[in-house]
Amino acid sequence: MTTASPPPADPGIADAPLRRTPLYDGHVALGAKMVPFAGYEMPVQYPLGVLKEHLWTREKCGLFDVSHMGQAALYADDRAHVTVARALEHLVAADLVNLPPGLQRYTQLLDDSGGIIDDLMVARSEDPADAGALGLVVNAGCKNGDYVHIARLLPDGVHLTPVDDHALLALQGPAAVAVMAKLGPASAALGFMQTRAMLVGGIDCRVTRSGYTGEDGFEISVHDDRARELWDLLTADPNIQPIGLGARDSLRLEAGLCLYGHDIDTASSPIEAGLSWSIQKRRRVEGGFPGAVRIQRELREGPQRVRVGIKPDGRAPAREGTEIVSESGAKLGIVTSGGFGPSVNGPIAMGYVIAHAAGVGAKINLLVRGKPLPATIVQLPFVPHRYARLVPSSRPAER
Amino acid sequence: MTTHYSKDHEWISIENGIGTVGITEHAQQALGDVVFVEVPDIGRVVVAKEAVAVVESVKAASDIFSPAAGEIVAVNNAIVKNSALVNEGAETTAWFFKIKLANPSDLDGLMDKAGYDRYCAENA
Repeated sequence: MTTASPPPADPGIADAPLRRTPLYDGHVALGAKMVPFAGYEMPVQYPLGVLKEHLWTREKCGLFDVSHMGQAALYADDRAHVTVARALEHLVAADLVNLPPGLQRYTQLLDDSGGIIDDLMVARSEDPADAGALGLVVNAGCKNGDYVHIARLLPDGVHLTPVDDHALLALQGPAAVAVMAKLGPASAALGFMQTRAMLVGGIDCRVTRSGYTGEDGFEISVHDDRARELWDLLTADPNIQPIGLGARDSLRLEAGLCLYGHDIDTASSPIEAGLSWSIQKRRRVEGGFPGAVRIQRELREGPQRVRVGIKPDGRAPAREGTEIVSESGAKLGIVTSGGFGPSVNGPIAMGYVIAHAAGVGAKINLLVRGKPLPATIVQLPFVPHRYARLVPSSRPAER
Repeated sequence: MTTHYSKDHEWISIENGIGTVGITEHAQQALGDVVFVEVPDIGRVVVAKEAVAVVESVKAASDIFSPAAGEIVAVNNAIVKNSALVNEGAETTAWFFKIKLANPSDLDGLMDKAGYDRYCAENA
């Protein structure tokens, strides 16, 4: 028996010594299986196992250590929001000038051809004392490159500071809000993508109502020195199980969310990736971001290929790299994420398909181990999002 | 009945010239929750170390190689219908296929239980 497709590939950083998050000892104490990921030793699963961890998160509430991700802050010397917002708007396509205080937005760092250098969260603090600052959360495997890229392109008077002394925990699932309401009552009042500094169990934290599972939940930034205390406080709750990277991947795939380096990279534009909802109207009209010519053209005329959801008709999973062909055998595209969806109870995949063949309901074949297996293009997500939106979403369903 | 083990974590149990093949308990644990199994067609003639079956877990897809040459004479459809059985009885009920050995000396290069356990410990 040989394993053909390992867990989510480690993006780069091959030979450097592995780093540990402040929660490393906590993972080991819980019996986690630790693996190298993005330069860190991270828990891929706990004794519960990937399948049960996934289902537990959908049913109750899962706690994830995502401290490997890159937390950073941008500061404007003049302490004006417009200064820091405009500086970052030169690198991403989101409208940040009009980002209200206390809100986070999803966007992508773009290269000059409109390819995606990384995807990230940008948050504006609710506190007037933080005026002129933006908080960033970037992918672990990209963070060093991102910081160099951002710092190089910032104007005078705006600075990037990596926040290397904070852990990041994600609490995800329908029971998350009840748990958080007990430990930090202000958190329950947050709507999806709202952010606020608060005490959680008496510990200073920044809590944002967001996540990477499609479920309601929170992401909690906490100083390294108190991260373990918070972790232990949360894992003591009988509704909470610790969840590893394995289930994090299957949860985000069912939620139709992109994994950088797989579903999006410098070869894909945000429009191809179905992320046009993340480019607000003002930016679409005005442009002024890298790759604007291509992105505005794709918004007008449609992209040549699009990211789609794929449901194999049978039980065989189609993994990343699987070729997508028409029923007559013509090449249509490639699978960028694929596996088994525990909540779907069957195989699921995402991939890029040439636009004219990408309609929902279209029948395609997946070349798995040389055999064409029938599959159907389906609407994303595979499992409905259950975000705690304060206002009805204007965001269209992803394709 | 003797059981042999391969470095690829298959076991093969021999009785009257027929080998029953599955994956080891060690392999099952490493794979985690099995979600898909594919077995070969009955009557297929295979060579030693040929990829003949597939096991996929939530984490990865793996080929299963036949430890010996011969003809596939039976397959375990129970694990195709309910792949989680592989996690429950990897070395007992969850066998993958039975093969009529063409060349019993294929087994010479395999390990016994003690040798396999040592191999796993060394490669842990």
